[in-house]
Amino acid sequence: MRIALFITCVNDLMYPDTGKAVVSILERLGHAVDFPAAQTCCGQMHANSGYRAEAMPMVRGFVDTFRRYDAVVAPSGSCVAMVRDSYPRLALGDPALEAAVAEVAPRTYEFAELLVDVLGVTDLGAVFPHTATYHPTCHGLRMLRLGDKPLTLLRAVRGLELRELAGAEECCGFGGTFALKNAGVSAAMLADKCGAVDSTGAEYVVAADNSCLTHIGGGLSRRAASTAKPIHYAEILASTGSAQ
Amino acid sequence: MSHGTGNIVALRPFPDAARLELDDAQLRANLRRATHTIRDKRLRVVGEVDDWEDLRRSGAAIKDDVLARLPELLEQFEESATRAGAVVHWARDAAEACDVVTRLVRETAAREVVKVKSMATQEIGLNEALAAVGIEATETDLAELIVQLAEDTPSHILVPAIHYNRSQIRDIFRSRMPGVAAGLTDDPPALAEAARTHLRAKFLSATVGVSGANFAIADTGTLVVVESEGNGRMCLTLPQTLISVVGIEKILPTFAELEVFLQLLPRSSTGERMNPYTSMWTGVTPGDGPQTTHVVLIDNGRTATLEDEVGRQALRCIRCSACLNVCPVYERVGGHAYGSVYPGPIGAILSPQMTGAGANKTLPYASTLCGACFDACPVRIDIPQVLVHLRQKGPKPAAERAAFRSLSWIMRDRRRYAAALRAARRGSAPLRGFGRLRRLPWPASAWTDSRDVPLPPKQTFREWWTKR
Repeated sequence: MRIALFITCVNDLMYPDTGKAVVSILERLGHAVDFPAAQTCCGQMHANSGYRAEAMPMVRGFVDTFRRYDAVVAPSGSCVAMVRDSYPRLALGDPALEAAVAEVAPRTYEFAELLVDVLGVTDLGAVFPHTATYHPTCHGLRMLRLGDKPLTLLRAVRGLELRELAGAEECCGFGGTFALKNAGVSAAMLADKCGAVDSTGAEYVVAADNSCLTHIGGGLSRRAASTAKPIHYAEILASTGSAQ
Repeated sequence: MSHGTGNIVALRPFPDAARLELDDAQLRANLRRATHTIRDKRLRVVGEVDDWEDLRRSGAAIKDDVLARLPELLEQFEESATRAGAVVHWARDAAEACDVVTRLVRETAAREVVKVKSMATQEIGLNEALAAVGIEATETDLAELIVQLAEDTPSHILVPAIHYNRSQIRDIFRSRMPGVAAGLTDDPPALAEAARTHLRAKFLSATVGVSGANFAIADTGTLVVVESEGNGRMCLTLPQTLISVVGIEKILPTFAELEVFLQLLPRSSTGERMNPYTSMWTGVTPGDGPQTTHVVLIDNGRTATLEDEVGRQALRCIRCSACLNVCPVYERVGGHAYGSVYPGPIGAILSPQMTGAGANKTLPYASTLCGACFDACPVRIDIPQVLVHLRQKGPKPAAERAAFRSLSWIMRDRRRYAAALRAARRGSAPLRGFGRLRRLPWPASAWTDSRDVPLPPKQTFREWWTKR
C-alpha cells in the first residue's frame, strides 16, 4: 500500500515530533511512507473564515498532490474533516475537481482510522508509564465520528493510566479565528476545559489535534496550579518508554 | 426580496455584547445549570427512541418538501382556514404584522389581550406596538411573564427566563407582581401559585387572545400549539376573539406529518416524551371557543431566506432550542448577546438571513463550528455548514481580507510555503530560550491576553524529512 503522509501546516512548523511519531509507527509496522514535498496546507482556516476563493488553490493543490496514493494519513482530525467533509462541497460546480475529490477524500484518514480501520492494528507495543486524560476534539468527534478509536489505541499502551475528563466532548474554545474574533468567549470556554484537565491531576492532556492542544496548552501554562502537558496521541503511541 | 425587521436585528456586534455578559458570573452559573439539566434530559429521552435518526431525516425531508412547495401550500392553507371560518391576513414585515394585529384588537374595543407564548409575536415586537396604542398585552407563559414583569427581554427560545435563578424570580415577583404576598419564598410551587393567582384574573377578564402556532396544517386550515403549562390553552379557548401570528414556514401539508414532529419536538425541547398540552383549532366552531379567529401569516425575511440554496435549511427550524442547550458559546454568554429573539446557533444563521447580510454581520462568527448543534438538531439543520456559507457571503474587514489573500498566495506554492515555514522558524529562534511567549502585539494580543504561544522547534518536519 502506498501511504502518503499529509503533515498539516501546524504540525510542520510547530509540532514536527507528531509527524516523526507517525512515520516511526508506520515504518515499525512495515509500511513504506511517502511525504510528497508538493504538499502545503488543507485550506481549512481560509474556508472556515469565509475565504472560499482563497482556499480553493489549496484544495486543488491537495488533490493534485495526493490522488496517486492508496491512502493519505494526517495526524489531525480537523484537517482530515476538512478534506472529507468540506472538499466535496467546495468542489461543487467543477466536475473535474468533484471527480478528483471523490477519489481522494474517502482515502484520506485520520491516523487512528488508518491504524484501526485500514491496517487493523490496535496494539502498537508502546510503553508510556504516565497518567493522561483524553480530550476528543470536535471535528474528530462529530465530523469524522472517530468514536473511541484513539482511546482504543491508547488503552493498549503499557503503563499508561487514562483518567476521565469531565465534559470531555465540549469544545475547548479554539475554533480557528474564533479565538481572536471572540477572544472573551473563547477564554471562558478554555478556562472550563483547563479546570477539567486540572481536576484529573493527570501529567498529560492528550488529543488528536495539535491546534486544539496549542489552545489548551496555552491556557494551562498560564495557570499556576496546572501541571498537565499537552501531547498528541501519536507521540504516546510511538513511545517505547525511554525518556519523555 | 424584502428583508425582515423587528426584534431580529442586533444593535451591537456580538463580541461587544458577549463581553458584557461574560462579566456576569451569576448569569453563567444560571445558564450552566439550566442548559446542562435540559441537555441531559434530552439525551436520555432521545436515547429511548430506536429510530431517532430516521425521525430526524423524516422531519428534514417533510420540511424541505414544504419549503419547495411553499406558495402552493400557503394558498391551500388560506383556503381551508377561510372555509372553516377564520380570517386570513398577510404581512410582509414586522411593521405590517403589528399594524394588522393592532387594528384587529382595536376593532374589538378591548383594552387588554392575553398571550400564548409565541416567538412570532416577539419577533415583530407586538407587545410594544400594542402598548403604543394603549392596549396591555399580558404574557401567560410563566417564563415569559417573569421576563415581562422584569421589563427584560427573553434570552432563550423555550425558556425565556433561563438567565434568572429562582431567588431572582422571587425578587421580581415581590417587586413587580401586584398583590403578591410579602413573604413569598423561592420555593418553585409557591412561585407557580403566585403566578397562577395573578394570571387567573387576566384569563377571566380578557376578551381577546393572541397566539402563535407551532404548525399550520394546509389541507384542513388547522393551527397547532404545543405547550407545557396549559396557560396557552386558557388563552386559546376562553376569549371571544383569537388572533394567531404565524410564520409562513410553519406549514405542514396534512395531519399525517404531525406524527413525526410531535415526537421530535417535545424530546428535543423540554426533554419530555410528550408535552402535556397539544391544542388544535380549525377556524370557528359555533358555541365553542373563540367565535372570531384571525390568522396573520408573516414573511418578515423568510422568503429572502428561502432564496439561498444553502441557507434555506434554517427555515426547517421548529424552535425546539436543542441547539442552544448544547452550544458552548450560548452557555457562556446567554441569549441577549445575540441581539435577536432567535439566539444561539440557530439565531446565528437565521437572524442574518432574515435581516440580510448588512445587519447582524458578526453573528456568523459567533461559533467555534464545534458541531454540537447539528448533532442535536431534530430536523438536521447543518448549522456549521450554513455559518461557513454566510461567512463566505458576508462583508469582511479589509485588513483581514488582505492577510488571508497573502497567506493564500504563500500557501498555494510549495517553495513559497517551505520558505515561509523556514522564515518563521528562524525568525523565532532568538526567542526559543523563553519556551513560550506570554505577550504579543495587536492583533495577536487577542490570543496572548489569556493564552501562551509555543515557539517553533529547531527544525520543521519537512526539513527533518529532507535530511533523514
